[in-house]
Amino acid sequence: MKKLVPISALLATLALLAGCPTKKADVPPPTPPPATENTGVQDPNAVVGDDTAIAGPPEGLLAQRIIYFDFDRSDIRADSQSIVAAHAAYLAKNPAQKVRLEGHADERGSREYNIGLGERRGQAVRRALALQGVAETQLSTVSYGEERPVEAGSTEQAYSKNRRVEIVYLK
Amino acid sequence: MKKLVPMLLLACALAAPASAQLRITITSGVTDPIDIAIVPFARAGVSDPLDVAEVIQRDLESTGRFKGMPRSDMAALSKPTTAAEVVAAEWKQLNNDYVVVGRVTSQTDGTVRIDAELVNVLTGLRISGPYSIVPAASIRNGAHRVADALFEKITGVRGAFSTRIAYVSVDGKPPNQRYELYVADSDGANRVRILASPLPIMSPAWSPDGEWLAYVSFERRTSAIFVQHRRTGKKTMVSARAGINGAPSYSPDGKNLLLTLSGSNGNLDVYLLELASNQLKRLTDDPGIDTEAVMSVDGTVYFTSDRSGNPQIYRLTPGSNERPKRVTFTGSYNARPRVSPDGRQLAVLTQDGGAFRIAVQDLATNNVQVLSKGNQEESPSFAPNGTMLIFAGRERGQGVLQTISVDGQISARLDADAGEVREPVWGPFLP
Repeated sequence: MKKLVPISALLATLALLAGCPTKKADVPPPTPPPATENTGVQDPNAVVGDDTAIAGPPEGLLAQRIIYFDFDRSDIRADSQSIVAAHAAYLAKNPAQKVRLEGHADERGSREYNIGLGERRGQAVRRALALQGVAETQLSTVSYGEERPVEAGSTEQAYSKNRRVEIVYLK
Repeated sequence: MKKLVPMLLLACALAAPASAQLRITITSGVTDPIDIAIVPFARAGVSDPLDVAEVIQRDLESTGRFKGMPRSDMAALSKPTTAAEVVAAEWKQLNNDYVVVGRVTSQTDGTVRIDAELVNVLTGLRISGPYSIVPAASIRNGAHRVADALFEKITGVRGAFSTRIAYVSVDGKPPNQRYELYVADSDGANRVRILASPLPIMSPAWSPDGEWLAYVSFERRTSAIFVQHRRTGKKTMVSARAGINGAPSYSPDGKNLLLTLSGSNGNLDVYLLELASNQLKRLTDDPGIDTEAVMSVDGTVYFTSDRSGNPQIYRLTPGSNERPKRVTFTGSYNARPRVSPDGRQLAVLTQDGGAFRIAVQDLATNNVQVLSKGNQEESPSFAPNGTMLIFAGRERGQGVLQTISVDGQISARLDADAGEVREPVWGPFLP
């Protein structure tokens, strides 16, 4: 963690527009998964997404933050292993640094099932990072399914760009 | 019933009102539609200029089963406003099967009464009624209710013209998109925005009384399920647990919400949330993706699961300890189940060759029929009378809403003025 340039005006703007409070310091502790007979109400502290995104380390493989996937697959392709390994090494060396793994799917198929696929991809990257020495507390996941494409259009080109996990460095 | 219906009949050619944001186009109708003449209604003391007969005609034509007599063809005829005034032979000669006449009358208490009478010109039988009494500001709704009853008198099936739909609209180019949730009349008129957000809104679901909508919103940058009152806008967050909060749908009694939770370990399972007590009951426990649960009138829960390796529909009975049973066996991708109001049919999203299409499976015989013909379709939802499905398709790269009859014969498109529309859900019959 050298120079952490706080950027992402876009995300901040989105957060403001969405009316969600941009929390400064204390990140609420992660809420335990719902129990079978949970009486718990809404877990208002279960927000994992309102941490502020930052630029993160810019050098080399670390500048690559997007892992792409094949159709209906969630295994990390051979061509992405070195990117994941670079982030794992960096995060293991910087245990205070947290990242959010944002999983996405292409537009084909059902929307809620694609939320599941995006989550599965996020979890695959999470497991790979954890196996390479990153602490679980540094990692969180969110799935946007097919709801936030980077490229519009019903072409294989767009699909392959949209099936992804974005590694977002957090403040 | 002699003429063939044109394959592209612009049901909206009769000047759509300015407030209509969706326009209905019949893309395929029955080959032998019922010919019906809906004569302009008499008016007494009513200030709203709405052409009630035209609304009724468009409703009936939107089903693809009727062909309304053009106004221009009526020019030479007398304009009866009561059944007694109808000279059946005159209308029969012009190939009509039925004539509808009626009156719109302002009442002393400020309400408006719409009366309609139906004449079968082949038998000469006069059927009085239906009528509807509505506030002066809701004449359009009154016209839809009269159309519901006329449809039932002729076909034996209650019309669903006075019901509502909800849908999600998306504007802008990725990654800067704007999401909105709308409610509109089933013909697309009177649309009201329920919610707007720069972050995704998805999976709207109606409560059985038509008063509430449940949906998923990412406005907190992570998924959460809200229920919102349609009229007051009152909004309550009912689930923002760790991980995924998705796929809400009401139980038929309106007391419970089926939903999908993942916890922080990312394993999606189906739960039942009792709204009054906030009690959560787990319904599935499997390492695969279990989601999109929906409850039939008989209490059976249908859901999508990829426990077998690819997504298929399974069913379970809450409270029983039996393992979920697989329901779909045709094709390698079946998802997003919706049960017909009578519980006998299942609509699903299925992969048909390389395309994603809407199919209906008969739950007694397990016969499957792929209904739609597009490439990129999703989100089927039954009309409350079970005769039609509304779903989302794509045309020229844009999401559009479409309807299709459950026998696949009749289809229509609802075009939006701008942007993309998706995830249509058909609301219930209203009291």
